[in-house]
Amino acid sequence: MTSSLLVYLIAIPLASSALLMLLGRKADKWGHVLGTLASATSFALGASLFFQMLGRPAEERAVTQKIFEWIHVGSFQVDAGLLLDQLSVSFVLLITGVGTLIHIYSIAYMSHDHDRRRFFAFLNLFIAAMLLLVLGDSYLNLYVGWEGVGLASYLLIGFWNQKPEYATAAKKAFVANRVGDLGLSLAIMIAFTTMGTVTFAGVKEHAPHVSTSALTAMGAMLLLAATGKSAQFPLQSWLGDAMAGPTPVSALIHAATMVTAGVYLITRSNFVFDNAPTAQLLVIIVGAITLLFGALIGTAKDDIKKALAASTMSQIGYMILASGLGPVGYAFAIMHLLTHGFFKAGMFLGAGSVMHGMNDEVNMRRYGGLGKYMPITAITFGLGYLAIIGVPPFAGFYSKDKIIETAFNAGGTRGWIIGIAALLGALITSFYMTRVIMMTFVGNKRWNEHAHPHESPFLMWGPMALLAVGSVASGFILSSGNRFVTWLEPVVNSGHHEHEELLQPAVVTSLALQQ
Amino acid sequence: MTLTIIGALPLLGALLIGTVKKEQTTVVKQMALLTSILTAVAFAITAMRFEVDRPGFQFVESHSWLPTFGINYALGLDGISLILILMSVLLVPVVIIAGWHESEGGRWSAKTFYVLILILETMMIGVFAATDVFLFYVFFEAMLIPVYFLIGGYGVGERSQAAIKFLLYSLFGGLLMLASIIGIYVISGNQIGHTFDIDKLATLQIDSLTQNFLFLGFFIAFAIKAPLWPLHTWLPDAAKSATPGTSVLLLGVLDKVGTFGMIRYCIKLFPDASKTFTPMIITLSVISILYGAFLAIGQKDIKGLIAFTSISHFGFITLGIFAMTTQGNSGATLYMFNHGFSTAALFILAGYMMRRRNSSTIADFGGLQRVTPILAWTFFIAGLSSLALPGLSSFVSEFLVLVGTYTRYPVAAILGTFGIILAALYILIPVQKALHGPTTAGNEYLPDLTRREKIAIAPVIAIIIALGFYPKPALDVINPTSVTTITDAGFSDPAPTGGK
Repeated sequence: MTSSLLVYLIAIPLASSALLMLLGRKADKWGHVLGTLASATSFALGASLFFQMLGRPAEERAVTQKIFEWIHVGSFQVDAGLLLDQLSVSFVLLITGVGTLIHIYSIAYMSHDHDRRRFFAFLNLFIAAMLLLVLGDSYLNLYVGWEGVGLASYLLIGFWNQKPEYATAAKKAFVANRVGDLGLSLAIMIAFTTMGTVTFAGVKEHAPHVSTSALTAMGAMLLLAATGKSAQFPLQSWLGDAMAGPTPVSALIHAATMVTAGVYLITRSNFVFDNAPTAQLLVIIVGAITLLFGALIGTAKDDIKKALAASTMSQIGYMILASGLGPVGYAFAIMHLLTHGFFKAGMFLGAGSVMHGMNDEVNMRRYGGLGKYMPITAITFGLGYLAIIGVPPFAGFYSKDKIIETAFNAGGTRGWIIGIAALLGALITSFYMTRVIMMTFVGNKRWNEHAHPHESPFLMWGPMALLAVGSVASGFILSSGNRFVTWLEPVVNSGHHEHEELLQPAVVTSLALQQ
Repeated sequence: MTLTIIGALPLLGALLIGTVKKEQTTVVKQMALLTSILTAVAFAITAMRFEVDRPGFQFVESHSWLPTFGINYALGLDGISLILILMSVLLVPVVIIAGWHESEGGRWSAKTFYVLILILETMMIGVFAATDVFLFYVFFEAMLIPVYFLIGGYGVGERSQAAIKFLLYSLFGGLLMLASIIGIYVISGNQIGHTFDIDKLATLQIDSLTQNFLFLGFFIAFAIKAPLWPLHTWLPDAAKSATPGTSVLLLGVLDKVGTFGMIRYCIKLFPDASKTFTPMIITLSVISILYGAFLAIGQKDIKGLIAFTSISHFGFITLGIFAMTTQGNSGATLYMFNHGFSTAALFILAGYMMRRRNSSTIADFGGLQRVTPILAWTFFIAGLSSLALPGLSSFVSEFLVLVGTYTRYPVAAILGTFGIILAALYILIPVQKALHGPTTAGNEYLPDLTRREKIAIAPVIAIIIALGFYPKPALDVINPTSVTTITDAGFSDPAPTGGK
């Protein structure tokens, strides 16, 4: 099926971004409104496309659009084409939904900033690039979005680049990402050289007939790309520094969406990895190392944003691990990605709310007892906390425990190793997240007389509350009746692998909670 | 006659300027600008009549010039020469507007400056349009004269030394090429009767040893011009001494004669020798990519930075040319065009910066994003184009070169791809130093771009963005010529290697 509407998903925020940049100071008064409306319009369009998709039988859900001929040279033929299927629509809703909430939050959060309009221009640019990343119908289109979000991330990390260390953090993020992009470039070259095509449909068709060594090389390069974008071992170091960006940026780009692009890339390339077991093993190793490594870093950070960043790294480690587990894993990887999008974005906005009330203090050793002064922040943050540590029936319980189970189910020694790693990671997660909660909202106040903690305005806590609802309910909604697994099945073909449960979710959770 | 008329327009303008008193600098500038715009418009109209699918040269004209030697005044356009002339005639008016005051620090008058620029423009059109090898050689050598005076007379710093170094390197290359031209001319006499016609020369049967020598004569001349490592050393000196406008024409247009010549002359006339030397040239190209990039990272002078990034970019162009695939060749040709605009943007904006601060040291700037936002953001976009960000024109060409190389020489392509990481460094480090951070003392009151400056840079940025999203018009012109070049040289694109 084709649709001429897909391009507007991207074009609307892109046009808004361009307008805000070109008009300059003339748009200062209303720039934030336009930016938010652009994101909201994209969300509305995405939602309507989603409901239309629901109305069609599973095999007819994918929608494509060819926008124009992009690069045609000899047999290298790439069009600017879009693909909206079950996988990409999930991302579209996450990106524009959480994105719009964060736009709204930023209206208040950035209200004192002289350059708020520019901030919204960059946010819109990010939304457009991220949508292109998940909607492109070929690796080369994805690449444009892939570097586009890298650019937006660079601009937003360095939004206050008059401070040299922030400018350095932005540059570091871009360069680390480019190391990953080297992988993506080479993966595309391998695809073209071996299969003569770089579209997802083309590679999917050819992959089963291509030599395993070529697919392993391509898979390894895609993994390198994923480690750069998703801050996975060994390219993880930029994410902590990226917290230099304004907190809404950390929530949207460096927690909910952009950093999960690596998981998208691997899941989208399921036809490559399913035929390249060695590459899959590498994915599992990277995921397992990062989920533990990130969690350990999380225990050692006093800066609330850096603690959350380490946690993001670790949670994405879970997703990467799951996506390395083959057909059973993809749906759980994406499911955890979606629930994580809610609870981690919510907690970052909560951290922003705390900073807002505490003169931009980020050191948790100077917090304490804030729950009394900012109850809504404390409650929404607390719900996110319950979700991330996997307490039933909050979102993380459903998504993370599925990953742990699937890891154990991988079988043999490998299953035990990664299963135990995942379980251990969950234990450490509950430890460091409890530490964050205790140091921030509970206990004695450790702040000085200059701080006057107060609850944030409605424009800020409204989005936090909505994300908290997601932290509570999204896991149950996605997993009941195996709904999301069935939904994603046509994209990742996970249908023919019935998985038996080794450990009951409740058992895993109680293990994880006994710290 | 069309090409002759268009080519003669700048020369005519130069002659008219010759009648104006040299004190009337504004009149001189306006006349030069008007001439260059007329030339650009005239050529653009002609380009629209170009039939992309027709093989061979179009707008052909040929007049006997020195019949004793079989030398003709012969012009014609194919896809590659069309795209390069288009780039040249678009860049000249941009350079004139951007460098409105550039002639002021010169040894001679503004009048001389613009006469030199316009004479150079005529030669640029001639060198790309010539289809007679001897005529090409004449333009190739004659171009050195205006450039020599533009660097030596209007540059800064050690401009005389830089101009002489440029001249000596180029003359040396030119001599080798002349020897090869005479060689092939003699062979043509033995086989088909004396001629310098490129299409006829391409049909000669030359034994491999002779081919190798003749090839090298051309190739070394072009590799100096391009410039390819290790023949590049004249370029940074010239770029640092020349005015920004001269640098645009030097790196943006003149250096392209080298890479253009490799396709038009080296590969077309000596396909077997091209094959023989390909491994060596691929190696030198990869070295150029990485060497230029590494040295660019360390540059403290903004003009030196742009010069070394160009050495890296020319490495990509030669890599694409000698990969001998349609993607590589089309990519390299498009790269020549795109590099012209991206380098023009960088030099023009660097010129704006230098004029404001009277310094070309990157560290003297700092915090410009908050003092002169328009200057800073346009410089940033130009930088992104240099690091080949997807969505901007250079990405299309760079990726085509790499993918076209990978299908035949994967190792070279992998090494070349490392250039994209280095590019991030050589652009973002100076961007941070010059645009970010606290405002450096003395820069607090620098003025942002004037209207004239904006008018000069806007079309360049527009082309960079437009061709990134929609390169089809350029590729449609380039592709047929690439296919012909590759096929005539006896190559065909490797088929997909898949299969268990």
